[in-house]
Formats: sequence, C-alpha cells, structure tokens
Amino acid sequence: MSESQSHSATLAERPEGWNRPALIQPSGDGELLEVAMGPHHPSTHGVFRMDVALDGERVIRLRPVFGYLHRNHEKIAEGISYLASMPYTDRLDYICPITNNWAYALAVEKLTGQQVPERAEYLRVILGELTRFQNHASSIGFLIQEMGASGTPLMYAFREREKILDLFEKLTGARMMVNYMRFGGCRVDASPAWLDQTRKVVAGLPQFIDEFEQLLATNEILMARTQGVGVLKADLAVNAGVTGPMLRASGVNYDIRKVDGYGIYNRFDFRVPLGDHGDVYDRFMIRLLEMRESIKILEQALKDIPTGPIMDPKAKSRGFRPKPGEAYGRIEAPKGELGFYLISDGGPNPYRYRVRPPSLINLTVLEDMCLGHDVADVVLIFGSVDIVLGEVDR
Amino acid sequence: MKTVEEIKSAIEAALPGAAVEIVPNPSVSGQHSLRLAPESALAVAKFLRDNSDLALDYLSNVTGIDWPDKVITEKVKVTRPSIQTVDGVEKTVEETVEETRKRLEPGSLEAVYHLYSVEKKHGPVILRMRTIDRTEHVELPSLTPIWRSAEFQEREIFDLYGIVFTGHPDLRRLLMWAAFKDHPMRKDYIEPDDFEYEPTAHDEVLKRAQEHQAAIAQPEAGAGQ
Repeated sequence: MSESQSHSATLAERPEGWNRPALIQPSGDGELLEVAMGPHHPSTHGVFRMDVALDGERVIRLRPVFGYLHRNHEKIAEGISYLASMPYTDRLDYICPITNNWAYALAVEKLTGQQVPERAEYLRVILGELTRFQNHASSIGFLIQEMGASGTPLMYAFREREKILDLFEKLTGARMMVNYMRFGGCRVDASPAWLDQTRKVVAGLPQFIDEFEQLLATNEILMARTQGVGVLKADLAVNAGVTGPMLRASGVNYDIRKVDGYGIYNRFDFRVPLGDHGDVYDRFMIRLLEMRESIKILEQALKDIPTGPIMDPKAKSRGFRPKPGEAYGRIEAPKGELGFYLISDGGPNPYRYRVRPPSLINLTVLEDMCLGHDVADVVLIFGSVDIVLGEVDR
Repeated sequence: MKTVEEIKSAIEAALPGAAVEIVPNPSVSGQHSLRLAPESALAVAKFLRDNSDLALDYLSNVTGIDWPDKVITEKVKVTRPSIQTVDGVEKTVEETVEETRKRLEPGSLEAVYHLYSVEKKHGPVILRMRTIDRTEHVELPSLTPIWRSAEFQEREIFDLYGIVFTGHPDLRRLLMWAAFKDHPMRKDYIEPDDFEYEPTAHDEVLKRAQEHQAAIAQPEAGAGQ
C-alpha cells in the first residue's frame, strides 16, 4: 500500500461535512501518535486497517482503510451466467453462506417472477435461522474473546456452531460453501432423518443460550467494559444506513423479515428485540435475544414443514435468460440488510450485478462511535459491529 | 405506498422547475424509477427525505452503472436523383436506395439510489442520475449531505466507475489503492495481463504481451483515461 495522503490519519485534511462527529481537541501539548491498527491485527477479523490518531490513549481520529480482500466480485459476476454466481455468493459473508444464497435467489426471482414451492420456503427459513443463530453465537464469542476472556466463551459458541455446520454438511455436502439455493427453490431435499436431527439440535439450543447468558450477561467486567461504550444514536443510525442488530440496538424497530415479510416470514410468530442505549452491551444483548427468537421460528417451521416439491417445475437451469429489466431484492441477513440489484439486458449474464453489503455500510459510523474512547474500546466497538471482510471488500 | 406517478407529481408540485422523468421497468418486479436532472437532484432528495408522507429517511443502496458508447447500425431508405439511360436517352430519375449508416450514440455513467422509509416502512423508491458522457463530464451531485449512507458507496462508485460526486465530503478511492489509475468496473476496462511474471519469455508469451500492449494503446479501447 502506498504511503499516499489518502491513507493517513493526519488531522489537517480530515474533511468536514454534514452530520459528522464533533472534533475532539487534543489535551496538553497536543502531540498525537498515529497508529495503523491492522491489516494484520487479531481484532480485525481479517485484513482491515484502522488508522487512528491518539492523544495518549484517547482516539481523536479514526479512518477505516478497505480493499485488502477486494477481488471485484461484481465484475466477475457480470462475465458469467446467473447461476454461476450462486457458489460465489457463499464467499461474500462466509460465516453465513445460506443467507447470501437466499438474497441472490430472491433478487433473481423478483426479476423473473418465479414462484418458490412451499417446502422450499420452509427449508430456506430453517436454514436461514440456523445461520442467524450460529452467526450471532460466534459473533458474541469473538466479542468476548477480544475483551480478554480468552477461549471459554468462544469455544462454547463454536461447540454449538459445529452442530449446526454438521447439519449443513449433511444436507448440502459442505460445511460453509453450501451453494444450496436455486432460482425457484433449493438444490436438494431434506430427508426425514435430517429433519429429526435438526429438531434434536434445536431442542438443545435454549439450554445453550441460558448457559451463555448466565455466563456473560451479568458479568461485572463485561458490563463495565461495554455499557456506555460506542453509543450510536437512532437518528444517525437510520441516516447512515446502519441495519441489522446494530440498528435495533439503537432502538429502531426495523426488521426486514417483518417489514417485507419476504418468503413466508409473516406466518411465524416472533418478536423484534430493541435496545435502549445503542451501546456495545445493547448490541451484544440484542444478538442474544434474537437467537431466542430464531429458536421460536425454527420450532414453528420444523413443526409445520409440508411435503412436496422443492423446485419450481418451470424453472430451467440451462439457457436461463431473464427478460430485460431490473430488480432489487433484499433480506434480513444476520449482519443487516443484504441486497442484490440486478439489471438484465436479455442475455445469459447479468448486465449489472450489485451487492449491497451490510458489513461495509455499517462501518460508516465506526469513527463516530469510537471518538473519545480508549484504544482498547475501539477493539470492542469494532467487534460489536460484526463484519466479515469477504463482504466488506467483495 | 405511492406510485412513481404520484411521487413525480408531488415533487413537481413542491419544487417547480425540478425535472423528473419516469423510467419504466419492463420486468415483473415492477420497480419503476425516477430520473432526476443533476441540477435539481439535491433539492429533490431533501424533499423526499423531509416530506411527511414519503419520509424516505433511509438510503439503502447506491449503484453505479456504465453505459458505453454504442455504434448503431441502421438501414435508411434514401431517395436521390440518378442519371439513367432509358431507350438511348439520358434521363434524371428519382431512385430509392437502401443505405447502411452508422450512428454513434454517446454513452454515460449512471448512479442509482434505492430509498426506503424506516418510519413509514415502505419502499423502494428508486432515483437515477446520468452524467453527460463518460470521459469529460462525469460529475454528479453527491447525496451524502442528505443521507450519510451514501458516503462509502459513492466513494466506491468514484473508485470503480469514475463518477465524480461534487459535494462529497471525502471523495477518495475506497477499494483500489490511491495510486491506481483506471476504473475497473467500466465495461471497456482491460484487465492487466500477467505476462510480466512469466518465468521464461517464450514466443507465445511475447505475442500475448504485444497484443495486450496494442489493446491498451488503442484509444477506442478506452483503457486508462
């Protein structure tokens, strides 16, 4: 990376604009230390850099630097057929491949008007909520790990994640790179044995959350480190396009599963947990509560799942050419609003293929949340955003 | 949720002189969009956000699109006088001939904004803006002062497409490094070849290198601007 002006956190050229955080004046002699946190820093979950300017321990400026994992996913997708991009979406947010598949399939179905059979919708919900559960569990695990609780909470989370990944492997053939959904349905059907095993795993999940919550939620050190840290106000969160658990932790009731009711989500009885303060603790707590709601949805879906086909009979995999037009489809992915915007010119490849990455857009307010806090808190605030670099840089 | 026609007339009632045009979407998604004139876009965006019926407080997605210059070949019927010899006498006769003409349709860069309302829970309302061309006049007004979520997304479009968003508080490349010259998402971008890294420069590699250099050197190929 070049040392160019654009990547330095020096104060002088920091732009002023509407709705930006108020500047903090350095104390004392005003001497600042500039630190590049990353791209290889254990807390950055991948290759991500934060250029911070420090006054003692206090953060005066923070600039995120992106692009270390950029491979121009969108350009690649414009050169291959619609279906050929499906396995590549697994690699965007590689913790939650199922929801990436789902968002892409949903956008294409909007473009072509294909109908998804009942059973496939149920399978999508079951796998989508299992994905949300394991994402939130490991996200909390990482957060606590970064706080210094080395090992234990993360291993508790990964123990449950492993059970869910086993289910994915049994159904799709892969633990993470599942390549499961198709336009107008799903690739393989679930056997009764798989559904039974899933019911068994889901029945064990509430006990895990109870244990996890008991271990963490009232822990004194955790509360001291996270409460009142990295506060994000509701109006700024909406204006900056923040979505997902982070938005709801700031008290904004916006869950796309409720708003759009895509798939069959309006059939299920679940609540949307909301936070009061919008700090790191609220984000942690919202994820914990959303895991409980996911279990509620899973129990209902596993009870009601009908038999029947899993693919639209009119769907064709060869010679797939949507009529000219465009469509934007979005879902509530575990990290926020994941959308795909497709423009078809009638050819076999999309003319334009755009991913709306929740991880990247949630980082818009990273500086606002970090200013004035200690360096050690930056690690926590960043961890509470819950990003995956495969999606940020695409 | 209002239709695009209703939104268009609401904009025109509130902001006379704002040019708004409906862009129909032929697909079954039924997501029609509004094309704004760049001069009045900022005022329209502010109206859409602050109007209490629409309350489009949440900008979800910003997309850049490249529409390259198109050479359109069309057959035109032309009537022209011609001298013909009929029965040994020269005569001027009107004659209709079919001619193939080539016409250059100038391309443009486009930015598309998907808006939703968190307050009213409706959407999407889709806005589009086009630059005048792809090389000289690539400025569009930035909507970051209205919705901060455009900040990184407009930077990404500046980086990958080369649209210059005027009024953006911090317009730098987002994904490519600062010294990078080109705009990789443009349709006529030529990817770098890896011939330089070939261990031995045998004939095939040298030929490929030559072809690549020639493609870059051609102005109409458009690599590097």
